[in-house]
Amino acid sequence: MTRRIFATLLVTLSVTITPAASGRTGWTADQLSELRSMSLRALGPLPADPTNRVADEAGAAELGRRLFFDTRLSSNGQVACSTCHQPDRDFQDAIALGRGVGTAARRTMPIAATARSPFLFWDGRKDSLWAQALGPLESPVEHGGTRAQYVHVVADYYAGDYERLFGLLPDLSRVPQSGGPVANPDAASAWYLLSAAQRDDVTRVFVNIGKAIAAFERRIGFGPSRFDRYVSALTEGGPADALLTADEIAGLRLFIGKANCSRCHNGPVFTNNEFHNTGVPSRPGQPLDDGRVTGAAAVLRDEFNCRSQWSDANGRCVELDFMVSGDHALQRAYKVPSLRNVARRAPYMHAGQFATLAEVLDHYNRAPIAPMGHSELQPLRLESSELGQLEAFLQTLTGSIASEQPAPGRTR
Amino acid sequence: MNTNQDKETSSVRGRAAALVAVAVVAVTVAAWGPGMMTLHAAGVKRPPATEFGLGPRVSANGRYVATLEPAVPLRPRQMQTVRVTLRDAEGQAIDHAQITIDGGMPEHGHGLPTRPRVTGTLDNGIYEIEGVRFNMGGWWEFKLAIDGSRGIDTVTFNLAL
Repeated sequence: MTRRIFATLLVTLSVTITPAASGRTGWTADQLSELRSMSLRALGPLPADPTNRVADEAGAAELGRRLFFDTRLSSNGQVACSTCHQPDRDFQDAIALGRGVGTAARRTMPIAATARSPFLFWDGRKDSLWAQALGPLESPVEHGGTRAQYVHVVADYYAGDYERLFGLLPDLSRVPQSGGPVANPDAASAWYLLSAAQRDDVTRVFVNIGKAIAAFERRIGFGPSRFDRYVSALTEGGPADALLTADEIAGLRLFIGKANCSRCHNGPVFTNNEFHNTGVPSRPGQPLDDGRVTGAAAVLRDEFNCRSQWSDANGRCVELDFMVSGDHALQRAYKVPSLRNVARRAPYMHAGQFATLAEVLDHYNRAPIAPMGHSELQPLRLESSELGQLEAFLQTLTGSIASEQPAPGRTR
Repeated sequence: MNTNQDKETSSVRGRAAALVAVAVVAVTVAAWGPGMMTLHAAGVKRPPATEFGLGPRVSANGRYVATLEPAVPLRPRQMQTVRVTLRDAEGQAIDHAQITIDGGMPEHGHGLPTRPRVTGTLDNGIYEIEGVRFNMGGWWEFKLAIDGSRGIDTVTFNLAL
């Protein structure tokens, strides 16, 4: 009798300790639900971009693709978007600081799935893909040219395709070959000698260059990785354990568990699209910058933001309307990047501060004091074997770059 | 005989003690086990499941009863619109209240990633809140500070995303 009670209690006890763990998969129902939420299958359709009326037009994507690879859109004829955003490298350049006509202050960001991100750049200073694309074109260290120059390129080489999408090009006969609100004093003075109407004519074409490039970029997405196949097998009851090694599974367990990675790197793109201070050191020789504080202020006053006359959103700008700005938590906060394909995307962080994934994981494990503001990290105190398992798991997020198609009905 | 009996008695006592010990552990783990998952560095304990949901929920000092009605079911990482129905303890609709929104993840020590606010008021104590986003799954607090005809009070919703 006593033994029976004892045995019953033991059964009760073991059931209580592992409340919902499935003996078959080793994951609890909650964990399985989290894993499914991180799978590419959880990705909804490509969201609409109300700021860009040609976003889902195939013709715009094709024009954008050609512009993306066109080195004539630069001051020296040698730099295109694809110079830094290289298609065979997940649309990034594998170096710490982007190199256009000069050297940028930040690491080149990859492009895949950025159509799902409300704010672009490491500090989120742009709120649409087309507004983002226009920034480097007028940066003195990236493309280095001016909007007047680019508009002449469109008129000379793309007039037919442009006019089919956007209507007639303006009269450019009195627009100088170079001119724009840029750092170069000659180009800037030429720009301000134009009438307000002429400047608007040029800017409209410049904006449409951005909208065509955005139509191309928004279709760049992620293909399935070994992680996705593992989750599919778990869901469908296939032989999941053969798809990941024991170390990779242990790393995944840490990723959604005590390593806290999925607090920020969550959802099918492995990012919450927010900005966080994780105490990343500044790059030697670079001045400290405050990240999202400046980025949030910049996007609110950006010439090309959702509320601007160049946007097609008709003032419906929920991201800007409810955006957090001026908060001390934004000090030196940077964009949470996707972790898909992260293993083949060294170096890491917003200025390529860490050369390897091992260095990144060591940083998160130690959680050093932030050089400015406050780091949100707590030391993880993981063993080196656990860091190795996390790194092994990150390797399973490698997949192809895939083309995403706009939802049917939005194309024309 | 006596000795044996004593041995048996002591053995039964031993078993009983072990049984009690196991029972205590089992009860402790049963009570604490699910909570264990939710205890984090901040040391905040997740409320019981009965405290979660969209309401109706009574404010801290009992002045109001609020109910949330999301336009679409709440999901992580999506910008969402949520309607609030506000009544007093007697069930009277409360119009013309000032409602400000706060919240966050108590286990992680961070607030809401956006600044949601009331953007529309309808009759019958209904208010529309726009700009609501939860940037990960888990336990979120969603707090309404209410300044209305029944006084100032706060209602806190616990939401499981």
